[in-house]
Amino acid sequence: MTGEWILGLYVFVLASLVGFEIIRKVPPTLHTPLMSGANAISGITLVGAVLVAGSGQGTMATVLAGLALFLATVNVVGGFLVTDRMLRMFRKR
Amino acid sequence: MPPFAQDLVYIASAVLFVWGLKRLGHPETARSGNGLAALGMLLAAAVTLLDRGVVSWTVLLVALVAGTLVGTLLARSIRMTAMPQLVGTFNALGGGASALLAAAELVASGPNGPSTGVGLAIALGILVGSVTVTGSVVAVGKLQGFMPSRPVTWPLQRSASALLAVTLAGTAIALALLPEVGPLAPALAAGALLLGLALVLPIGGADMPVVISLLNAYSGLAASAAGFAIGNPLLVLAGALVGAAGLILTHHMCRGMNRSLANVAFGAFGAGDGTPGPAESDAPVRRTTAEEAALLLGYASSVIIVPGYGLAAAQAQHEARKLMDVLVDRGITVNFAIHPVAGRMPGHMNVLLAEADVPYDRLLDLEDANARMPRTDVVVVVGANDVVNPSARDPESTIAGMPILEVDRAANTLVVKRSLSPGFAGIPNPLFHLESTLMLLDDAGAALSALAREVREL
Repeated sequence: MTGEWILGLYVFVLASLVGFEIIRKVPPTLHTPLMSGANAISGITLVGAVLVAGSGQGTMATVLAGLALFLATVNVVGGFLVTDRMLRMFRKR
Repeated sequence: MPPFAQDLVYIASAVLFVWGLKRLGHPETARSGNGLAALGMLLAAAVTLLDRGVVSWTVLLVALVAGTLVGTLLARSIRMTAMPQLVGTFNALGGGASALLAAAELVASGPNGPSTGVGLAIALGILVGSVTVTGSVVAVGKLQGFMPSRPVTWPLQRSASALLAVTLAGTAIALALLPEVGPLAPALAAGALLLGLALVLPIGGADMPVVISLLNAYSGLAASAAGFAIGNPLLVLAGALVGAAGLILTHHMCRGMNRSLANVAFGAFGAGDGTPGPAESDAPVRRTTAEEAALLLGYASSVIIVPGYGLAAAQAQHEARKLMDVLVDRGITVNFAIHPVAGRMPGHMNVLLAEADVPYDRLLDLEDANARMPRTDVVVVVGANDVVNPSARDPESTIAGMPILEVDRAANTLVVKRSLSPGFAGIPNPLFHLESTLMLLDDAGAALSALAREVREL
């Protein structure tokens, strides 16, 4: 295993712990917006798709990554917008 | 832009994701939290577009513009009752994007194939991403009704799925260790797509909250795997955050139904398995009219409304809010008690009530609500059944141990229900036969607006 991989594992494990800690106490009222907001964040694949689709690595790689970019963009834009739409409706008495 | 500057922006994005998720945890700050996370994503996307390696723009622009249009359209047009389907769809898109990105990286790695570590990440990205795609499609289908909501099973279903899973794991490892088996990748993807179908088809529609939460975690893990594949720590980090969120929500949902994840996955239980429930009980019930029930409500000092999915299915959230308004006008304390599995995904009922303009500080979670039950004059149960079934306290019952809203501990209970038939679980509900329970047999919307009208005329 290369050093880059091990560093990746550090990031993965620590980010998981941070995730558990900050999300554990979220009240049930916010579970749906939390899920759709987190969902939008999982569209981070967009970043990787830009790198692969934009770097001219052959037709096949470009097509696959381009499709990935389209799906990830729908996920990101739709996810953040619909989460905002929901949270706008939450109000105190 | 030099690479280190890009990394600094990625770190800023990571901070914004964590900070945003933290702020998403409180009602007052949630909207800004979502905004911060979106800003993090925008920064990451912008700085990536400036990457020196990015040389061809046509595909990027087409995909970004088309994706933005479709995403905006979906987010604007979706009805709140269909939110679980939309989140399920987004899970499928996220999983699909990660699988495709992993595949693209495999193709781009050339004839010699990737190194072992990268190969393993690629294989995992394809595997988890593809399972997420078809699993989510089935979940959406069951929620939307274009697939059977009942558990679909076939002979040797569990053994066949287990065999498929083991074969795929083996294929993934082979793909990592032996670069020359790269052509196996399409077979891995096809097998994983099949596995997603095989895992979710046997799960009943009532268990979809668990499935949606778990697939949300999978979509995060797939993004992490894709991050390992392309050596990008921001993907690894963001994917891990989402994976953690999905697993926590999965745990909440399982606890709400008092079932283990294994039981949900392999139990083939929930949402009408075809066997008819027990016949209507012969025990007496006290039926009432809206007029009579309004007297009880109008002169109470505290009221709790328990909305079940039947309320949302009847689109009666607005009628519930109107009843709340007339009671509040009379100086009565009104709250809503929300069971964790009241909706079709975690927190769904809260969103539906927020849409009907019910303030979130009137929504009580299970523990809070149960603490208040003994001091409550009237509980109004609308379209809920199993989550208020006192049989859960009976160790002999099939739903023994399931966390319930203890509405039978309130002074009076008014149950609004179309008929006396048992719920999903097919279990008779002794609540209906208690001395303190009044039954108002009517459609949820009609009953609630009649109650509001009668209370106003008191």
